[in-house]
Amino acid sequence: MLALDRVSKTYPNGVQALARFSAEIRQGEIVAIIGGSGCGKSTLLRAIAGLDRASSGTVTLDNEAIAAPHAKIGIIFQEPRLLPWLSVADNIGFGLADGPATERREKVARALERVGLAEKAQAWPRELSGGQAQRVAIARALVPQPEVLLLDEPFSALDAFTRRDLQDHLLDLWADTRPTLVLVTHDVDEAVVLADRVLVMRPRPGRLFDQIEINLGRPRDRNSPLFENFKRSVLTSLDRSLDRGVPDRDATQGPGQAMWW
Amino acid sequence: MISDAPVLQQTSEPAEGAAAPSRLNRYARPLLGILLPLTLALGWEFLVWRGWSNGRLVPPPSRVFATIIDLARSGELVRHIAATLGRVGLGFGFGVVAGTLLGAISGYWSLARRLVDPTVQALRAIPSLAWVPLFILWLGIFETSKIALIAVGVFFPVYLGVMGAILIVDRKIVEVGRTFRLSGPAMIRRILLPAVLPAYVVSLRVGLGLGWMFVVAAELIGASEGLGYLLLDGQQLGKPAQILAAIVIFAILGKLTDWLIEIAAAPFLRWQDAFGRATGA
Ligand SMILES: Nc1ncnc2c1ncn2[C@@H]1O[C@H](COP(=O)(O)OP(=O)(O)OP(=O)(O)O)[C@@H](O)[C@H]1O
Ligand SMILES: [Mg+2]
Repeated sequence: MLALDRVSKTYPNGVQALARFSAEIRQGEIVAIIGGSGCGKSTLLRAIAGLDRASSGTVTLDNEAIAAPHAKIGIIFQEPRLLPWLSVADNIGFGLADGPATERREKVARALERVGLAEKAQAWPRELSGGQAQRVAIARALVPQPEVLLLDEPFSALDAFTRRDLQDHLLDLWADTRPTLVLVTHDVDEAVVLADRVLVMRPRPGRLFDQIEINLGRPRDRNSPLFENFKRSVLTSLDRSLDRGVPDRDATQGPGQAMWW
Repeated sequence: MISDAPVLQQTSEPAEGAAAPSRLNRYARPLLGILLPLTLALGWEFLVWRGWSNGRLVPPPSRVFATIIDLARSGELVRHIAATLGRVGLGFGFGVVAGTLLGAISGYWSLARRLVDPTVQALRAIPSLAWVPLFILWLGIFETSKIALIAVGVFFPVYLGVMGAILIVDRKIVEVGRTFRLSGPAMIRRILLPAVLPAYVVSLRVGLGLGWMFVVAAELIGASEGLGYLLLDGQQLGKPAQILAAIVIFAILGKLTDWLIEIAAAPFLRWQDAFGRATGA
């Protein structure tokens, strides 16, 4: 279990980005974190990843405190961040530095196959499209088989079609080993399609505002009325978190609502 | 599962179409560069041959070429080239080692940068030739002072190149290394070194260029052999063909050694996604 206990973060410049954020995330759960811009979502994720230390409070994974990057925790950023001097295959194998070479090669080959890029194994990162590059980043993070995978707006730079493809693909990959996923997103649609639970954050300082369980079986039908209902409740909660007036219930169903900003 | 098949089919077509012009470019481009000097040389040769100029101060290419042949026959040429190459090689070696070490320390370790960099920058502001009298006093008129001068010339661009390259390594990529918990040495080997390499190669090439510049200065100051000595000797004895011969050989050696660095680095830089690749510069 991933436990966040009153995690706070004040940056050296005095900005209080996180205030006493607490949550418990079950092994294998998919949690989406959503909230206004600058409400501390990235800060939270970086604290869980051990990239930045929280000013106070603790992050524990199975009762082990996380203060530095951990072998069981992987992270995928908004940009693929591939190493341009390594081939696609070597990028995917980057986190497998130790272990026999043959085993490493096998794992990489399997991962390449799994993300549908087997024929790109020897390509350079610059030869990939944005979506392909992000798939390589996903494969690179998944190959060491982390127990927790953190994703910071992983698909926000992609077009709507590619984004949907990758959302489905991510679920597909998740089903292999069922790691815990913590996904930061701006996209209500994405949160509802992926998550078991949506955490809504409130800005200045960043803290937990609301939680919404998405009790929908998978695969989820993006067009079902039930799906729409969940989207609406997430949107309503988001609006409240930003102290916006909640619009008339019937008026919230316009097509522009998928992206709430 | 997502398939790439349609994407692949689309991209393969223009690639084939592009093959033909690129093959043409491969031969045409160097030829274009040679066109201007070749025309000028042939033109001058023709003028002297017709007797419209006696070519005493500016000897025609054929006479320069003959001088080179003469020097080569007598074994002089090899001796001079060996002397100069030896000096450049040693000076370059010392300069590169010192510049790389100090640049890497300053780039990696900010305390060292605060301590060392201001001094290095101040020294860099001194025109390097100003060191000559001091070097001669300290190290004598012979090889050591020459090599020291060349090494000083090579040092600064290499130092700056290495330090600058380390300082601008993308934090985001370093973070990837951190998430995979690379140790300090592994971070250097797997992230910093490859990231720094392109800029390092450039700084080596700049350094080598300066090395060639300073070897001339060093040999003009006093030498009994070397291409710079050939220059001076040609001036004192009024042999412009010999001066031009030395200049031509400098050009060839300079280009050749630069090309060697480029060739040696090429396999490590194939990944680069830069403007230069597309234009073949
Ligand atoms: N390195 C930093 N130094 C100082 N302040 C920072 C730093 N990083 C973020 N902040 C501040 O902390 C707050 C939270 O930032 P954070 O990046 O976590 O927000 P976010 O929720 O991820 O926003 P977005 O949705 O726009 O990505 C912001 O007010 C931001 O200005
Ligand atoms: Mg963010």
